[in-house]
Amino acid sequence: MLRHAARRLASRAAAAPTARRALATAEVPAEAAEDSTFVEAWKKVAPNLEAPKTPISLMQPRPPTPASIPTKLTVNFVLPYKSEIANKEVDMVIVPATTGQMGVLPGHVATIAELKPGVLSVHEGNDVTKYFVSSGFAFVHANSIADIVAVEAVPVDQIDPALVQKGLADFTAKLGSASTDLEKAEAQIGVDVHSALNAALTG
Amino acid sequence: MSATTAAVPFWRAAGMTYIGYSNICAALVRNCLKEPFKSEAASREKVHFSVAKWADGKQEKPSEFPAPPPPDPFMS
Repeated sequence: MLRHAARRLASRAAAAPTARRALATAEVPAEAAEDSTFVEAWKKVAPNLEAPKTPISLMQPRPPTPASIPTKLTVNFVLPYKSEIANKEVDMVIVPATTGQMGVLPGHVATIAELKPGVLSVHEGNDVTKYFVSSGFAFVHANSIADIVAVEAVPVDQIDPALVQKGLADFTAKLGSASTDLEKAEAQIGVDVHSALNAALTG
Repeated sequence: MSATTAAVPFWRAAGMTYIGYSNICAALVRNCLKEPFKSEAASREKVHFSVAKWADGKQEKPSEFPAPPPPDPFMS
């Protein structure tokens, strides 16, 4: 029994790497993938029943990376409670990344950026739409699709300047009087957010 | 080879998680909105749940959050 174990192990090891490739950098085919291993295993067990769909067959395949740089960037901007921009083709998007304002043009290298409180501007022709984003992430894919997710985003004209000034003064005072690390951190966050709001209103 | 540890953000050093930080930022932004938008945001973010403690396999009386309004003394 155990004489054959080594051979079986070797054959399984040889089969495994080709079957599983977690991070494939090659292009994904455009047709919807059907989960062939599942369907075959199902047929062995229940040949008369049709195999149920697995999540992979219901997902839309990722659009392939085009050979030449596209002219437009496709933007998806979502909030937890609504989809602000869906599949809109624009010229440029400027996101407030923690490393600074980052401009994303079509053909931008694939990037994941954490966002800090700041202004997100979407440029389409001569129109610029600005949103103040509280925090979130921006994912730019190699196929010129940008997905931006934020917890809260408001058009800049919905911000009340008086409340911003009051908040800034309050939190600056709290920062001075804070004792524990947690209080200091909360006050610092307050100061950061309100300064960014102020900059958005005046900038 | 271990990578050099990046400087942690100040809020993580103080014990906050990213989701906590993000929610605080969002709450602060919502606080600074002009009037109709501010009340819309507040009503959208309301959370209601009821909590019940269990002891000896039995559920004790659930309590609601936020607390239900007290009975009106003028209604008989």
